[in-house]
Order: sequence, then structure tokens, then C-alpha cells
Amino acid sequence: MIRSFISRAWSTLFLVAGAAVILLPFLWMLSLAFKPRDEIFSADIQLLPSRIEWSNFVVALTETDVPLFLWNGFVVVAGILAFQILFAVPCSYALAQRRFKGRTFVFGMVLAALLVPFHVTAIPIFLGFAKVGILNSYGALILPFVPTAFGIFLFRQFFSQLPSDLFDAARVDGLSETAIVWRIAFPLAMPAATAFAIFSVTAHWNDLFWPLIATTDPHLATPPRGILYFRDEESGDDVGPLMAGAVIITAPLVLAFLLAQRKFTQGLAAGGLKG
Amino acid sequence: MRRLSITRREALTDLWLAGPATLVMVLFIFLPVAIVAVLSFTDYQFGAPSFAWIGLENYSKLFGSTLGRRAISNTLIYVAIVIPVSVGLGLAVALGLHRMMAWAPWLSQLLRTIYFLPVAATLVAMSVAWQMVLHPSLGVVNQTLAALGGTPQDWLSDRGLVLYTLAAIGIWQAVGYNMVLFLAGLVAIPPELYDAAEVDGAGHGWSRFWTVTWPMLGPTTLFVMVVTATNAFRVFETVATLTRGGPAFASDTLVYALYREGFIYFKAGYASAITMVFFAFLLILTLAQFRIVEKKVHYR
Repeated sequence: MIRSFISRAWSTLFLVAGAAVILLPFLWMLSLAFKPRDEIFSADIQLLPSRIEWSNFVVALTETDVPLFLWNGFVVVAGILAFQILFAVPCSYALAQRRFKGRTFVFGMVLAALLVPFHVTAIPIFLGFAKVGILNSYGALILPFVPTAFGIFLFRQFFSQLPSDLFDAARVDGLSETAIVWRIAFPLAMPAATAFAIFSVTAHWNDLFWPLIATTDPHLATPPRGILYFRDEESGDDVGPLMAGAVIITAPLVLAFLLAQRKFTQGLAAGGLKG
Repeated sequence: MRRLSITRREALTDLWLAGPATLVMVLFIFLPVAIVAVLSFTDYQFGAPSFAWIGLENYSKLFGSTLGRRAISNTLIYVAIVIPVSVGLGLAVALGLHRMMAWAPWLSQLLRTIYFLPVAATLVAMSVAWQMVLHPSLGVVNQTLAALGGTPQDWLSDRGLVLYTLAAIGIWQAVGYNMVLFLAGLVAIPPELYDAAEVDGAGHGWSRFWTVTWPMLGPTTLFVMVVTATNAFRVFETVATLTRGGPAFASDTLVYALYREGFIYFKAGYASAITMVFFAFLLILTLAQFRIVEKKVHYR
């Protein structure tokens, strides 16, 4: 009895200490975002601000481009997700529920595409976009991510578990295959779609690599790209507003995670299969 | 005649459904891979009117020059630190939280949420926060060190330290993800096995862990290690935000080198060779991962 109490105490101590380390940058970011200027530049350790200072957030939201970064992030992430679903869902349905020549070949391509990390394709895509002249546009930020082997794979797994009688019945009722995809198959696939959406939105909201390459115009900066512009310009004086900006940019996904933890954990864990 | 038109209509439907996705895959994945492989044998520069075939010269430059070797060895060191530590910590946290579920479910739940936070948070913004945490004079780490009588360090600009600092941030980000995968593995262990172990006298502490938990977690552990490795190989955000590969290339990694050579110096040929080497590392890992996933399915 005493032994198990001691072992519980030790493991709790270890777990809480670990959690404190995990929280450290979050707390420090929040603390600096709410600290008055003189407390930021003080050499004493003060984890918490002496009073809550909202002006850093006011500066970040009114005097900087942070709202624009959020908007760009929203456009890019929503655009990518919409096109990914538009292309992936019909293809997955065909792979799972139809028999056609070349089906195994197409599925083989999907599996092969899963092996290719985005970084590998960046140079040729950049060259192509430069040639066509669409660098520095929303299109350049969205287009390369339209093909999603992971999405096709995920939706195909889901569709192949649905009974084919269901689709036969719809055909008897005179629905076209396109109507079956969007009016029957896709609504049924909402659990898969949610997991995929969480994975895709998180990956692209947080991505820095491609926005850094494809855009040089600060007005097109996505949140991570934007926060770097902000940091490089402020040169150390405006730590408070910079941290407030970082909080604002991190907040949407963190809040979504806190509100829908189970779905988030599943969606992001499923992404691990993609590698 | 009528039959033929039906099969033809069916074929058109298949093309309409599967064609567009296949086309964009070819256009944005397979074609670029082929081009990058070809470019890696040339001296092409962005914007140059022509290029020459130079065989394996880009590769010998990557493996032969100090800078190229530095990028490769830094990446390998980073991966070699992040894998064991983040997998080990992820396992320890998962075991602790799994046990805690029995007597303090709310605390276990709360801690699990905290550990997972870095996975959802924007890494670039968090790197900016880490920069302030590790700030030489204003950061909480050095302030604490100074208060305890230690020596403050230049965590991000000391050549000997910077790679380890980045690895620590990588571990900070990966532990929660690994914990979730391990928790899923722990839940899947049938409780009868623990009862049987108890009967055999291995019901407590370490003997219970070594006879039941660890063997049952074997496939999960391998899977977690490979996932961690593939993520660690891609380390870019923290490098680009915090060090830009510096000081003096002490934290240069493969993906950052590919970015710098390709998109700052516009040496497309050389950057393509770096890309191919990076790709080769990841291909080996991903193929290993596929085999493990397959094995896991057979295991059940």
C-alpha cells in the first residue's frame, strides 16, 4: 500500500514536471504578450505580469499586418482543403466502388505518391510556376497541395467499407455517378472528412517551407511567414506586440484543439501514417 | 452497338471520376520528382538560359565538401538525439498517464492535453516564443540559471550548443505525439495478459512491464520510432526561424541546405542533388514504416 503510494507520488511528480516544461514557452509567450514594456526588459525573473496589459494586442491588431496574415492563412487553408476534397473524393469512390481498367495502376500511383515528401517536389514546381508567372499569388500557395495521396488513401479506406448494395440502389433510382459521390458517399464519409480536414488545416496553417519559397510579397504572407516578417522588422523593441502576434496566430488551432480534443488527436495521429 | 456505348459511357464516367486526381498527381508529384532527379546531374541555375550535364559532380560536392558533409552529419546527429529521447519520454509519459487513469482520471486527462499542445500549435510562432525563453539576457532560462548561480549560455548562437538546443525543441514538440500513439497501443493490450502475469508471479512494477507491456508494445514502438525519424529528418521550421543554419553552419540541416542553395543562391542543380539525398533517406524510412504497419495488421 505504502509502496504503491510512493510510486504514484514519484510518477505524478515526473509527469507534472514534464508538463511544466511543455508549457514553459506557452506561458512565457502569454506572459510577455500581457506584460507592460518595462517588465519585459527587466532582468529579474517574473513569470507573471504585475498587471494585464492589453495594449500589446491592440498594437498587433491595428498597427501591424497580423489581421492580414490571418486572412491569408484562412484563404490558403480553405482553398487547399476545398480543392483536395473536390479532387480526392470522386477518385477514392471510383477506386473503392467501381471496377475499371487501370484501377490497380491508379491505386499503385497513390501508394507511390505517399512516399514523396513535399520538399522533394519544391524545386521543379517553383521553376514551373516561375515560367508560368504565377509565383506571388494565392494560386501558387494553393495549387501544389491539390493532389493529396493521403486524402485519396483515407477516403478509399472509408468507401470500401460501405456496402455496394447502397450504391446499386441509388443507381436503380436513377442517380448519376457524380450525384452518388456528392449526395450519398461524401455525406456518409464525414468522419473520414473531419479527420482529413484537421490534418490538412493543421499542416498548411503551420507550414513555412513553401510560403517562404513561393512568395516574396509580404501582403501574401501566411501566419508563420508573416510572424517572421514582423519579427525581422521589429528589431527587438516591440517584443510585447510580437508575442501578442504569436499568441493570435497560434490561438485558432490551439482553441480548436481544446474544444475538439478527441477528433484532433485522431486526425493528427492518422497523419502519422502519411509519414 | 448499344452494349459498346454503355461500356464506353462507363469508361468515360471512370475517367471523369478518377482522371482529374490522377492528372494532378502526375503534374505536381511524379513529373517534379523526375525533373529533380534529372536536374541533380546538371549545373542548372534558376534563370540561366542553359545548363550543362556534369554527371555526379553535385553529389561529390555534397559528400566531399565540409559544408555538405556538415549538413548531412548535423541532420543525422539531430535525428539520433530526437528519436531515442522523444520515444523514451513519450513511452514513459504514456505509461504514467495510463496508470493514472485508474486513480485520477481528470488529472491524467489534463496532463495529456498539455503534452499534446505543441503538436497543434504553430511551430514557427512557438519558435519565436522559444527564442524569448532562451534569450541571452531577457530569457527565463538564463535568468533562472543566473539566480541559481549557474552560467548563462548563448543557447542559439553558441556553435557547440545550438544543434542540441534545436534537438531539445524538436523533442519538446514530438513527445506529445509519441505519447498519443503509445497510449493507443497500451489500451489495445488485453487485460487478461496482466491477470495471467499476476498468476505467474509477475504482477508488479518492472516485471509486469518486461513480461507483458514491453513485448506487446513492440510493434507500436517500432512504428513510433520510424514516424519520429521521418519527422525529424524534415526539420526546417525551427532552423529557419531560430538560426538560419548558423552560427557558421553549426545548425545547417539537409532541408535547410536545400532551401538555402536552391532558393537563396538559386543553385537548382546542386539543390536538386541535396533533395535526392534527402529523398533517399526518407524513402528507406517510409518503406520500413509501410512494412511495420503491414506487420501490425497481421499481428492482430
